[in-house]
Amino acid sequence: MPNMKEVILSIKENHPLTSDVYRLVLTGKHIDTMHPGQFVNLKIPGCYLRRPISICDMNKNQLTLIYKVVGKGTDKLSKLRGEINVLTNLGNGYNLAHAKKHNLLIGGGVGIPPLYFLAKELKKQKKDVTVILGFNKKNELFYVDEFKKLGVKVIVTTLDGSVGVKGLVTDAMKKLRYDYVYACGPIPMLKAVYTLAKVGEYSLEERMGCGFGACMGCTIKTEEGAKRVCKDGPVFLGKEIIW
Amino acid sequence: MVDTKVKLCGITLTNPVIPASGTFGYGEEFAKLYDLNLLGTFSFKGTTLKPRFGNLSPRIAEGKNGILNAVGLQNPGIDQVIKVELPKMKKFFKKPVMANVSGFSIDEYVSVVKKLNKCPQVGWIEINISCPNVHGGGMAFGTDAKNAALVTKSVKKVSKKPIIVKLSPNVTNIVEIAKACEKAGADGLSLINTILGMRIDLKKRSPILKNTFGGYSGDAVFPIALRMVYQVAHAVKIPVIGMGGVSSAEDVIEMMLAGATAVEIGSANLVDPYASYKIIKDLPRVMSHYKIKALKEIIGGCK
Repeated sequence: MPNMKEVILSIKENHPLTSDVYRLVLTGKHIDTMHPGQFVNLKIPGCYLRRPISICDMNKNQLTLIYKVVGKGTDKLSKLRGEINVLTNLGNGYNLAHAKKHNLLIGGGVGIPPLYFLAKELKKQKKDVTVILGFNKKNELFYVDEFKKLGVKVIVTTLDGSVGVKGLVTDAMKKLRYDYVYACGPIPMLKAVYTLAKVGEYSLEERMGCGFGACMGCTIKTEEGAKRVCKDGPVFLGKEIIW
Repeated sequence: MVDTKVKLCGITLTNPVIPASGTFGYGEEFAKLYDLNLLGTFSFKGTTLKPRFGNLSPRIAEGKNGILNAVGLQNPGIDQVIKVELPKMKKFFKKPVMANVSGFSIDEYVSVVKKLNKCPQVGWIEINISCPNVHGGGMAFGTDAKNAALVTKSVKKVSKKPIIVKLSPNVTNIVEIAKACEKAGADGLSLINTILGMRIDLKKRSPILKNTFGGYSGDAVFPIALRMVYQVAHAVKIPVIGMGGVSSAEDVIEMMLAGATAVEIGSANLVDPYASYKIIKDLPRVMSHYKIKALKEIIGGCK
């Protein structure tokens, strides 16, 4: 896998998809090929620490990220134009070689973006892919059509039932046939998914200092000892995680 | 040609830039980015006698121009460091390295230092008596002059390497503690460790850090660190390593003018993994700009 790299990229697009979820499209030469589940770390002017954001899509010389405005840093990011300093090639992504016959991708809220890149790559490998996209309510939906365009089966769940299956992503899971799971979202969701599926890979989130393994700021306890979410993860096997 | 060499406790450094403990791991992540032999040396992750997981997360919070951490000395323990990390390090780092040691009792510090005596790769031992993130040790030794002297004296008795004592800024009078360590035989001092701080999550109305408090570092602390380095360097005769918010070649020179013989770079490495490299590359330019021919000549040169 290529090493972490510092690059200056141009902001081609930085627009809202919903009231607080934004799509950031970055362009530039020398963007290394990254894998689904990996992330980049953005230097936002006015913030001391970088902000880690997972990769939603990548093409030649172009990187797409989707993020939610949750605080001052992401608010500043949403107003940023021009250029941005990015550390690329961070973390270990999903293992596509683990894919089975029927693969279920489950995302909750801003946990959804990395699964788009994953679904795209799995489709390239002619794998059977079903995606469950979990939201709270209708006006929070994003990227549903984009997933459909990939030719994967898409199931939307909303907590209030305003669109799709009413309830949690696990409510939609119960009726499906699958041999493997790839998931990203809030910890309670991941835990509920693993409890049902008992298999698969899960992308975790943690407050990070550096994002490349130096500061030990994001260490978690796993079945195989202490691991850094940024460097050893963010994707872990469900059986590794102490739920 | 400018001369960036300095001498630290009998060992010559090609330049005074030293990535600080806790921001550089055991060097592995950075060795993939640039040749670490360009560094003066680096101080590896604080190591204790037994392996430590450290504190529960969240361990990191942000401040204006700084980072708050409560990692809590996560490390694999000295035996593992000697067995695994040092041999790995030998492949990419050919210079003497600085070993950072922490402990919860005098015996623990002494045991770790004895083990390090047998490691030819280790040039200096930096004794951390100032970690704010662990309970019942670390900073407890560093906030009391008598205890600081006791640790220093005990490790000096067994150490075959120069002992550099890393001081806490979380004290009433850092000069008093610095002098006590000098009197107890310290070969050098390094300062400052992080400043105790906290942040509160407004939505949850609870501390962001699981540990409640953490150590604050980064650009924001530079003037505080500089002041303490100035005070300590004027009060002792042993070399002082200055650190705290250093992020540029200008900062390095400012620290040296305040009295630092060498300068550690901490948080800057975390936000820019090339920070130490860039500072070293920029030093000759800044030296020329300020008409400095040899860095060693400006140590304590603030009039």
